Amino acid sequence: MSAALPRRGLLAGALVLAFALRPAAAQEAGGPVLPGSLKETPELDAWLRIDAAGAVTLFTGKAELGQGVKTALLQIAAEELEVPLAAIALVTADTARTPDEGYTAGSHSMQDSGTAIRHAAAQLRQLLIERAAERLGRPAGALRAERGAVVTPEGTRLGYGDLVGGLDLHRRARPGSPLKPAAAFTVMGRPVPRVDIPAKLTGAPAYVQDLRPEGMVHARVVRPPAPGARLVSLDRRAAEALPGVIAVVRDGDFLAVAAEKEWGAIKAMRLLAAGARWEGGPGLPRQADLFAALRALPTEDTAILDRPAPASAGTGAREMRAAYTRQYQAHGSIGPSCALAQEVDGTMTVWTHTQGVYPLRAALAEMLGRGPERVRCIHAEGSGCYGHNGADDVAADAALVARALPGRPVRLQWMREQEAAWEPLGAAMTTEVRARLGADGRVQDWDYAVRSNTHNARPGKAGDLLAATHLAQPFAPSPPRAIPQPEGGGDRNAIPLYAFPGARVMHHFIPTMPLRVSAMRALGAYMNVFSIESFMDELAAAAGADPVAFRLAHLEDARARAVVTLAAERFGWEPGAALPPGRGRGFGFARYKNLAAYCAVAAEVAVERETGRARPVRVVAAVDAGQVVNPDGLRNQVEGAIIQSTSWTLFESVDFTPDGVTSVDWSTYPILRFKAVPERVEVHLVDRPDTPFLGAGETGQGPTAAAIGNAVAHATGRRMRDLPMTRERIKAAIGV
Amino acid sequence: MVSLRVNGQEHALDVDPETPLLYALRDELGLNGAKYGCGLGQCGACTVMVDGQAVFSCVVPVLLAQGREVTTLEGLGTPEAPGPTQRAFIKEQAAQCGYCIPGMIMRAEALLRRAPHPSDAEIREHMHPNLCRCGTHARILRAIRRAAETREAPRTAFAEGGR
Amino acid sequence: MIIAAGIAALAGVGFTALAWEPSIDAVPPPVPGAFAPDLVRRGSELAAIGNCVTCHTAPAGRPYAGGLGMETPFGTVYATNITPDPETGIGHWSERAFGRSMRRGVDREGRHLYPAFPYDHFTKVTDEDNRALYAFLMTREPVRATAPANELVFPLNVRPLLAGWKLLFLREGPGDAADHGTYLVDGLSHCGSCHTPRNLLGAERRGHDLAGGVADGWAAYAINAASPAPRPWDAESLFFYLRNGWSASHGIARGPMAPVTANLGAAPEGDVRAIAAEIARRMGRRDTAPNPGPDPAAADTRPATADSQSVPPPSGGDPTGRAIYAAACANCHEAGRPLPYGGMHLAGSTAPRAPDPRNIVRVVLDGLPAAEGERAPVMPGFRGVLSDAQMVALLRYLREAFGQAPPWPDVEGTVREVSAAPPQAAYPTDAVRSGPSDPSQRGVSW
Repeated sequence: MSAALPRRGLLAGALVLAFALRPAAAQEAGGPVLPGSLKETPELDAWLRIDAAGAVTLFTGKAELGQGVKTALLQIAAEELEVPLAAIALVTADTARTPDEGYTAGSHSMQDSGTAIRHAAAQLRQLLIERAAERLGRPAGALRAERGAVVTPEGTRLGYGDLVGGLDLHRRARPGSPLKPAAAFTVMGRPVPRVDIPAKLTGAPAYVQDLRPEGMVHARVVRPPAPGARLVSLDRRAAEALPGVIAVVRDGDFLAVAAEKEWGAIKAMRLLAAGARWEGGPGLPRQADLFAALRALPTEDTAILDRPAPASAGTGAREMRAAYTRQYQAHGSIGPSCALAQEVDGTMTVWTHTQGVYPLRAALAEMLGRGPERVRCIHAEGSGCYGHNGADDVAADAALVARALPGRPVRLQWMREQEAAWEPLGAAMTTEVRARLGADGRVQDWDYAVRSNTHNARPGKAGDLLAATHLAQPFAPSPPRAIPQPEGGGDRNAIPLYAFPGARVMHHFIPTMPLRVSAMRALGAYMNVFSIESFMDELAAAAGADPVAFRLAHLEDARARAVVTLAAERFGWEPGAALPPGRGRGFGFARYKNLAAYCAVAAEVAVERETGRARPVRVVAAVDAGQVVNPDGLRNQVEGAIIQSTSWTLFESVDFTPDGVTSVDWSTYPILRFKAVPERVEVHLVDRPDTPFLGAGETGQGPTAAAIGNAVAHATGRRMRDLPMTRERIKAAIGV
Repeated sequence: MVSLRVNGQEHALDVDPETPLLYALRDELGLNGAKYGCGLGQCGACTVMVDGQAVFSCVVPVLLAQGREVTTLEGLGTPEAPGPTQRAFIKEQAAQCGYCIPGMIMRAEALLRRAPHPSDAEIREHMHPNLCRCGTHARILRAIRRAAETREAPRTAFAEGGR
Repeated sequence: MIIAAGIAALAGVGFTALAWEPSIDAVPPPVPGAFAPDLVRRGSELAAIGNCVTCHTAPAGRPYAGGLGMETPFGTVYATNITPDPETGIGHWSERAFGRSMRRGVDREGRHLYPAFPYDHFTKVTDEDNRALYAFLMTREPVRATAPANELVFPLNVRPLLAGWKLLFLREGPGDAADHGTYLVDGLSHCGSCHTPRNLLGAERRGHDLAGGVADGWAAYAINAASPAPRPWDAESLFFYLRNGWSASHGIARGPMAPVTANLGAAPEGDVRAIAAEIARRMGRRDTAPNPGPDPAAADTRPATADSQSVPPPSGGDPTGRAIYAAACANCHEAGRPLPYGGMHLAGSTAPRAPDPRNIVRVVLDGLPAAEGERAPVMPGFRGVLSDAQMVALLRYLREAFGQAPPWPDVEGTVREVSAAPPQAAYPTDAVRSGPSDPSQRGVSW
């Protein structure tokens, strides 16, 4: 490991898992730590069950977000348990049935759930072999597990179904597991086609939006014109009079309507909105003043890295500095959030695409004023969320309407404008960096500061649900909190992986939030990696060094060096080679959170001088995610991260005026479309068999932004330090 | 009552004629392919074909769809027997969350039915109205190219083989 | 007979003498730094005013490298490459050669240029401005690209005949403009090239200045006293429109006008104000005071119901058009979203009041494509959704409800003609300037 661990803010013992500070009460006092989520849920049968017919059920507390986690977890279980993948039924994220694994977030699924399942499956396999050994009077070592049965050397098969009788799987996992070596894999490490794709591409029900239970009603919510507006009068008659309308629900400033048909609900929503009078508003700063406003807000300051400058620094040193900004950006889920809720006999069941069914349940229970055992949250897929979008809020909306219509399943769908105007955003941030370059062309000293709101306002508490803050008896939002290192929020990846003799990193946490913000894919890492990697290029240029060579000169982590080298090689990075006019190449690297997957990205970008339009032509990435479970799934995720980050970096900023957000649809928040897709996107994987899983879902965002920015600088000679680097900004930098 | 012909079948629906086709397909006929993405004709998640033309079902009221041939994702194939374009997308694993993909498939299908050998530039231009937020674009383009290639093959084989 | 032949011969000789223009010597392509930055900057501003890049760039082509085909009644003329590429562009052109092309419509080698290049207007550009334009063009990125050959039928492809055209129609400049606004409007901005009707020989009809024309299949409305705008333009509203591409009580720039306003959005304020003031004067606005009287577009109470509940019923006749509007259009066009997004309320649009509905048909059929990564109105197309008969019914309703004028003649014919034309995507609609949202519109509560 290269970077020194922070002396301050370090918690002794295991890593603190982001968003899930559940007590490790299940952990035996003083015993060895169980791997992954087994730490919180050590019972084997919480993860795997086998019935008398040999049918296997796998349970995970994680949710399918479109990242392929269902398939990957099935592969892991199929491999270690030695059953055909198609024979396993998978149950995901359900407060009544699955372990509590907090949120499916932070690229933790493989590290937490995958690890737990792998160990549990391996231990279960061993238990089945031992049971067969008992029954057959043979040593366990002579038997092997194969395709759902324990097999003798002679070929006698004892199916798992025959072996489970009387086997108590409600037992704690052991600290050690007989994991299969990677060389023996037949399922893990293979590009198994995703199990959920065929249904999604042929119209079989796959999403929460596709649920249609008997008696279902359609609901819509009416939101205030902007946060802070209060309802002063309501004329609900027109909405109620519309044929097919079942009920108008009002609780304080919370307004919703339910109807038999969906179009009727939409019409009623509009009539209800037309009959509502609101007063007040958010009083936001002008967008042009955003960063001045942020810099003026009070902060809580933490030095997350404090390595003093070496005494020798200063001789022949050259100091450089830069500052970077990032606008608010939106999740922009393609399918606005939706939930189905039903109240039966005092128990509220919600089908929801939340990332955390357990925390959501706690928040809903608090909002409804009941114990959590009277609320059940079942994950059903939504469109990609990329973090904390409207999923939890719409669940609260649906629950409130369902409470008013006991017995009836209520499907509440947000409109596009509601998703855009009310989803928690990716926080606007500023960073500043100052470094000293020695006469030997190496960085001697490094000073970095990041300023940001929280990147986690997820529910666990009712006050973090939008509707709950609008009720007649409102809940107050939780006080904003920073996510401590080593995960970090706004300071995620603020500590560079490079070996700098002296380095200090300050996290200026801003509690006051002009706009509602929460977790968005990669959190602060997108901006921090962009800043660090852009500045590394500036330093390299000042040192007269090639950008890739400069990075390697400061990287001691062997795996980091490997991805940097691989990306450069596959890209065809030739130091000093000239490109055609209007073309530039750039490089970016980071290890996500300095503890998850490694990713290096090289990009060639074409910049049209006359218009400032930048288009990545070719992007080549190298990724090290430890033991790869599904190489195609991993590539899919990283390709997606590259293209999504390209969109963020070149186009995206949420517009707002003092009266509220004005980016309410795709015309006012344009994202990347097909004409701007790079001609080639390649992802090369470094496979590290028999090493721990490293989360890779968010590893590409930051390096891609940096690679693009550095390529634009190479093409135009102009540094773009403000995200997004729009066509207008690039043109302004280029000049006439 | 509004009568609609969807995937070759006639339906009589008790809906307000102003209802966007999207809701009639999803709620009255239980067809999941077309999705609500924006309701504004900006994202294409709702794309279906009307008389072979790709349209946004969220802005087409059923009254305009009467008397026309409406084709949805379900009209291209089934989960047990997906059609050639669907197979191409599955083969390329051209989906992350998958929400936009039915719309992409329908839009691509409309192109391939009238221009079986589109260039890459033509494909990009044609697919421009449809959005993908997960960044699956590169795979979608590969899937459409694959669909263009494999569309021809079965016909050729059939013509040569059977009589 | 001999006298007639003699006269014909003399006329032929005279004509040939008239038609002949000398070649101007080639010069070496300019070196970087050959022009003062201020001159180049002024040139860029003038190029924005002249909208050069829009005609001289092919769809998805490199800027100024030519290749855009312009449909004329005489055939297709392709814009040339005006980057400083030596072989395929104007890299060998001296400043004098460039000035002559603007003043007299003749290229460096002495060939007459087709008036699709509007030298009948550019002739008025002063030598000083031409010098700046030259400096700007010669500092662009050279692109190697040859435009396709023009597709004109004989004898129109015989260039020397253009000398005859010029004899009849070209009033060589620069002349003495009354003020800066007149100078720009009649000269570099070449408004009349689209907004003035043309005669059979393709020249602008004298006496009908800015009385309305057709550009690339789109109607360019009259911008003289016959302007059909629902609320008369004034200098302020014109300035806003030219800068931003939209005006709540007049309409949104579409088709070939979209890139014009995008360019004017980048031009100096003073120049654009001068153009706006002059056009306002031509419309008969004697002063620059804002328009008195209520604004029909702002008068409504912003109904958020956005469907048949909000749509006014037709005063008579076939209810089909209203039903179509209520079901397919009101969702956006009655939603009250801040302009220029979301569908403007058609009470404020010029299109329903125009002499014919061709612009509406184009927009309804093919919509407004999303711009690349930039804020711009996005509208789906309804080609294939609306039959011709349904389109006709819709147009009749729009005319009645929002045009408040007698029915259009031969709506069926217009619909047939426009539907048959290829889908319009020739001009990139990127950078339709997104102005600040109209502050008079409060946020809509959904």
